[in-house]
Amino acid sequence: MFANFDYQVILDNVGILWDGMLITFLLTGVALVGGIIFGTVLALMRLSRFKVLSFAAGRYVDAFRSTPLILVIFWFYFAMPIIGLQAIGGLGSVLIAFTLFEAAYYCEIIRAGIQSVTRAQIHAGQALGLTYFQTMQYVILPQAFRNMVPVLLTQAIVLFQDTSLVYVVGLKDFLTAADLVAVRDNRVVELYAAAAVVYFVLCFASSLWVRRLRRQYAI
Amino acid sequence: MAMKYNWDWSIILCRSPEEEPTAAVEPGTLAPDATSAVGGGAGQFFDTGASCAQPYFDWIVSGVSWTIIVACAAWVITFSLGSIIGIARTVDQPVVRAVATAYVEFFRNIPLLLQMFLWFFVVPELLPEDAGRWVKRELPLPEYWTAIVCLGMYHASRTAEQVRAGIESIPRGQTQAGLAMGLTQFQVYRHVLLPVSYRIIIPPLTSDFMGIFKNSSVALTIGVMELTAQSRQIAEYTFNIFEIFTVATLIYMVVTLIVVTVMRFVEAKVRIPGTIAMGAD
Amino acid sequence: MIEIENVSKWYGDFRVLAECSTSVAKGDVVVVCGPSGSGKSTLLKCVNGLEPFQEGTITVDGVSVGDKGTNLPKLRSRIGMVFQNFELFPHMTALQNICLSQMKVLGRGPDEAEERSMKLLERVGITEHAHKHPAQLSGGQQQRVAIARALAMDPIAMMFDEPTSALDPEMISEVLDVMVDLAKEGMTMIVVTHEMGFARKVAHRVVFMDEGRIVEEAQTEAFFTTARHERTQMFLSKILEH
Repeated sequence: MFANFDYQVILDNVGILWDGMLITFLLTGVALVGGIIFGTVLALMRLSRFKVLSFAAGRYVDAFRSTPLILVIFWFYFAMPIIGLQAIGGLGSVLIAFTLFEAAYYCEIIRAGIQSVTRAQIHAGQALGLTYFQTMQYVILPQAFRNMVPVLLTQAIVLFQDTSLVYVVGLKDFLTAADLVAVRDNRVVELYAAAAVVYFVLCFASSLWVRRLRRQYAI
Repeated sequence: MAMKYNWDWSIILCRSPEEEPTAAVEPGTLAPDATSAVGGGAGQFFDTGASCAQPYFDWIVSGVSWTIIVACAAWVITFSLGSIIGIARTVDQPVVRAVATAYVEFFRNIPLLLQMFLWFFVVPELLPEDAGRWVKRELPLPEYWTAIVCLGMYHASRTAEQVRAGIESIPRGQTQAGLAMGLTQFQVYRHVLLPVSYRIIIPPLTSDFMGIFKNSSVALTIGVMELTAQSRQIAEYTFNIFEIFTVATLIYMVVTLIVVTVMRFVEAKVRIPGTIAMGAD
Repeated sequence: MIEIENVSKWYGDFRVLAECSTSVAKGDVVVVCGPSGSGKSTLLKCVNGLEPFQEGTITVDGVSVGDKGTNLPKLRSRIGMVFQNFELFPHMTALQNICLSQMKVLGRGPDEAEERSMKLLERVGITEHAHKHPAQLSGGQQQRVAIARALAMDPIAMMFDEPTSALDPEMISEVLDVMVDLAKEGMTMIVVTHEMGFARKVAHRVVFMDEGRIVEEAQTEAFFTTARHERTQMFLSKILEH
């Protein structure tokens, strides 16, 4: 089988694959940053004393977490033009879809991180005479951050893999680029295998790094 | 916002004319062309004009059924394989542990979509000639079998991690107590470690199942007509994307809600009396 | 019955046991004491093979623990062990905890196992809690169930690893009472404990360990009155101070 494995086809198309990888990085980066920012807002809403806010954030998270990512991608990809936002384009729609989808997951991670610090720590901080915000700044958030950084990064690796799902709307990310070449040159085995190796190396290396970080950050 | 959008929720209820016994009485409705399909099923009650070109309701039902069938079948693989791999990651034999770890790392670090392609397009090429030909030519519904195996093995790597975490969360003293009374390693797993750890990991196992349920939509890329695929098809036929995607989203949410509720009940049912807290520390 | 000869054990570079030798004859009650981290529990766990050791030999009733060919489950089933944190199995009732190994290791039928278990629960004084789960019992009650569980195997010897140190003070005596009764019935016992009152009352010999070594070993009376080593005297003065 591997006797006629054609390395040349991979080398010949490095340019196309690299362009695809840039889209993959763009999707991951935007959804990561946007998702964490919006996810933090959602987490603070969920922990808020105001029932309306926590209820709204809770239903938002439930809705996105029980819907397949592909369906969310379809939603935005098909709906944007209909509500008159053709200008956003396919890539824009998908970026919005990923950001809103990831925000639901990051919200839960950030919330768990904040809640992982015991109430006694808040009391201890306040007993020392710190204000509520000083307690947050010096006591709670640094601990919450340590607890959630590895989880946030692990979720980022999942996100990196999930961006391949833009294939369903034909956006040329890394996997879609590999697929296009595979079909065009009739070299399915070579290109899928190459793509698998690239994803594995990147994700495995990142997960090893996260694991090391987890040990360093462990209190 | 100048777009004209024709809301029409009734498309959701479109049945095929030939499956509708009352429709057969009206000779005019038997014509198969789109414009005269008004007589089709629920379309009559909603008086929706010509939108019932196809039995969309049946498509949705079929999509939901396939989603559930694929997810449940994949879960059987996930649970059994995931348990074996997870347990293997905790045993004393280094070779067994290494093999299990390799499995987890391999399946966890390649996107599911690519794994779907690998199973569907590459694996049959790698099989011995006869087996490959059988898979390609004779296996009925190859995309469905591929999706089930792929989803099952992909999620097994995640379930394995839950099983391992569950076992490792049990204090070492429990294993020692089991061994001290003369149980073998196998018996310690069977009677002490597994009954407790499966109880602990019911919530993460539930979200694993929900993950399979949602990820079954990835199988549409190799032609499995599950719920998301059917709703996209209906969207392309009718352009009523809001209605059909809303229905699909609601179905996913309702099933999630049902599963989560049932699993909460199961969790309460098998909860260890007193507390679930372990040991005496 | 139990012979420990020149046993040494390392965790990496760190030596946790250094050339430990002692022996326990049938009917002996031996108390092992010493500061925390001195290797007492580790030595105990070497005796039934829960912890491997690199040098020396341990034989139990003529069977060498360290031999590759030794049937460890069988050997362990003949020595009862009681743990600091009880280690009852949380998903089983007290009764099921006691029945498990009788059925799975000794091959007793359910009725026989249950009958025997109820007798043992009666002996440790908690028949009324037979169908409760560990989390519904107090620490003292849990430890007494654990003792009953170990006795259910009809062991030739019993080992106790700090059986009272995880207990609230008011529960210590109910556990010690059970152990005193056992000792008086002639059970062979090795007890790692800091309860010097218990040692004085029932122990035949006391072994003092420090930094992985057996520093001193003496008859009980002699141990408390004429301990030879400085470290033993320091330990005793600290522990008997209050």
